[in-house]
Amino acid sequence: MNRISSLFANLAPQGRKALIPYVTAGDPQKEATVPMLHALVESGADLIELGVPFSDPMADGPAIQLACERALEHNTSLRDVLGMVSEFRATNSTTPVVLMGYLNPVEAMGYDVFVKAAVEAGVDGVLLVDLPPEEAEDVAVYFRDAGLDMIYLIAPTTTDARIEAIGKAGSGYVYYVSLKGVTGSKALDVDDVARNLERIRQRVSIPVGVGFGIQNGESAAAVSRVADGVIVGSALVNRIAANADNADLARAQVSELLREMRTAMDAAV
Amino acid sequence: MSTDNKIDLNLPDERGHFGIFGGRFVSETLTAALDELQATYTKLRVDPDFQAAFDRDLAHYVGRPSPLYHAERLSQHCGGAQIYLKREDLNHTGAHKINNTIGQALLARFMGKKKVIAETGAGQHGVATATVAARFGLECKVFMGSTDVERQKLNVYRMKLLGATVQSVTSGTKTLKDAMNEAMRHWVTNVDDTFYIIGTAAGPHPYPMLVRDFQAVIGRETQRQCADQIGRQPDAVVACVGGGSNAIGMFYPYIAHPEVAMYGVEAGGLGLHGNDHAAPLSKGRPGVLHGNRTYLMEDENGQIMGTHSISAGLDYPGVGPEHSWLKDVGRANYVAATDDEAIDAFHKLTQMEGIMPALESSHAVAFGMKLAATMRPDQFIVVNLSGRGDKDIHTIASLDGVTA
Repeated sequence: MNRISSLFANLAPQGRKALIPYVTAGDPQKEATVPMLHALVESGADLIELGVPFSDPMADGPAIQLACERALEHNTSLRDVLGMVSEFRATNSTTPVVLMGYLNPVEAMGYDVFVKAAVEAGVDGVLLVDLPPEEAEDVAVYFRDAGLDMIYLIAPTTTDARIEAIGKAGSGYVYYVSLKGVTGSKALDVDDVARNLERIRQRVSIPVGVGFGIQNGESAAAVSRVADGVIVGSALVNRIAANADNADLARAQVSELLREMRTAMDAAV
Repeated sequence: MSTDNKIDLNLPDERGHFGIFGGRFVSETLTAALDELQATYTKLRVDPDFQAAFDRDLAHYVGRPSPLYHAERLSQHCGGAQIYLKREDLNHTGAHKINNTIGQALLARFMGKKKVIAETGAGQHGVATATVAARFGLECKVFMGSTDVERQKLNVYRMKLLGATVQSVTSGTKTLKDAMNEAMRHWVTNVDDTFYIIGTAAGPHPYPMLVRDFQAVIGRETQRQCADQIGRQPDAVVACVGGGSNAIGMFYPYIAHPEVAMYGVEAGGLGLHGNDHAAPLSKGRPGVLHGNRTYLMEDENGQIMGTHSISAGLDYPGVGPEHSWLKDVGRANYVAATDDEAIDAFHKLTQMEGIMPALESSHAVAFGMKLAATMRPDQFIVVNLSGRGDKDIHTIASLDGVTA
């Protein structure tokens, strides 16, 4: 059992839900990321989605677009990101890390080279937003053979038949995109999420994380009542942006929000 | 010229692949909309009523067929093959772009979508989309990089006059690729009531196929006109390639005729030796951007590079996937013309033929002149003159130190 499945297996009997923060690697500085990852864990993170910066983040709203731009200002590469995971693993061997980003940096590195380096660094799974299962058919074998989980997205527009196929193709967990939109949108509708999760759970056996539009303890708690994991990105990234020149303050503010979510989620159990 | 007999003429496959290129690399939310579009188009593609409506608008609204014109003085000047120009510049709105926007607007109407969006670089596709939106009574929003908004003010105003909203995009390099990112983001958010009219033969399946089909009228007309006017098909066809919609429109009907050489001309910018160009087929490598796998200008880490071309319409780091495939199977040749060569061709065509080409099309003219000079006078080539140059007067004037 890898780190991701152990995590969900351990949380389930406690009735706890996974808190999954996202930050973009190298935002605002390369050296800020590893301390940030440790701070996330200390503030209640169960699993971390670490963003690989890309020049053209088509599925992201302004917060993560700007985070990518800040990270790319000093050329944060996929290799750098793997180095950060490796450094994080030096003192944390338990918290799962999923790399989230776009396909092209992986394709540029080469699939065989990437999966080997990712496993060596201590990466547990990969979520490539522009790689749907159909296009992954030829390359999924690299990830599977290396033992990396492939996390796929499910959207409100996904048909029942596709949900089933995605559930079979994916491993670790599936990421339910709570709304039609980009990251950082503000219109999460909890009732609608609950209805769709019911549809998903009938067809998918692995855990379901929900992201997009979760901004505070209240929305995190509401989502945690119906999901296995609560994914929060833009709200944290906005706090990093607001303190781009002060890494300590950025960490403190991110930690504060994450603890608020943790407390609210645990109270909601 | 390679004449591979095994070239598959029935591409893309069901999932939009041209060999290893093309496909559908999008986030999950868009899959349903693309499936719907594909299903609708698969049906309408062979529907006589839809095709008749398309042909009717091409004839009576766009003004087709566009002429095939023998540029005699230019040919004499080059001293080789006869140069013919396919006059897409004479279409309504002044470029080939309208062929595609008519087709997609008809699709939008058939699918009951009341809103259309588009990305634009120089503004030509934006104007062509705003035009058909006015024609079909659709609400129109055009995404345009803030750099391009600034340097293409006249087209921004044209779009506004046509009733469109122009949204300035300030992310990334603030040019065409970022406009396309933002259009995708808007589409993801408004996918229920909005049709995305993509302007070039790129993007996720089925766009490269349907844009090609709508533009293929260029090549089909050229074939008929060559038969009527010259009595045979050309030795070569030449077209500029940014995303590559005018080129694929010219090339597609000729793919099955290996005796006709095909040349796509990319933007060589300041020259192919550095990074100041927009020539992914000449200098890039395969990667994934904007929903398809294709040749891209990217750095060693897979980040998309900024591009340079004097022509905003060619200033794009990717290219339509069918061109990537035609390159790899050796059916088409891809070359580049620099900014200077394009400007020189602009002046030559203007002065010798009284035809002012768009700077994009000037790249095709520049290479066409070079190619013709290496051929015999009894041979002939067709250069696709994809657009007219009025929009570029300010660029030319400022190069000449004139305040126009």
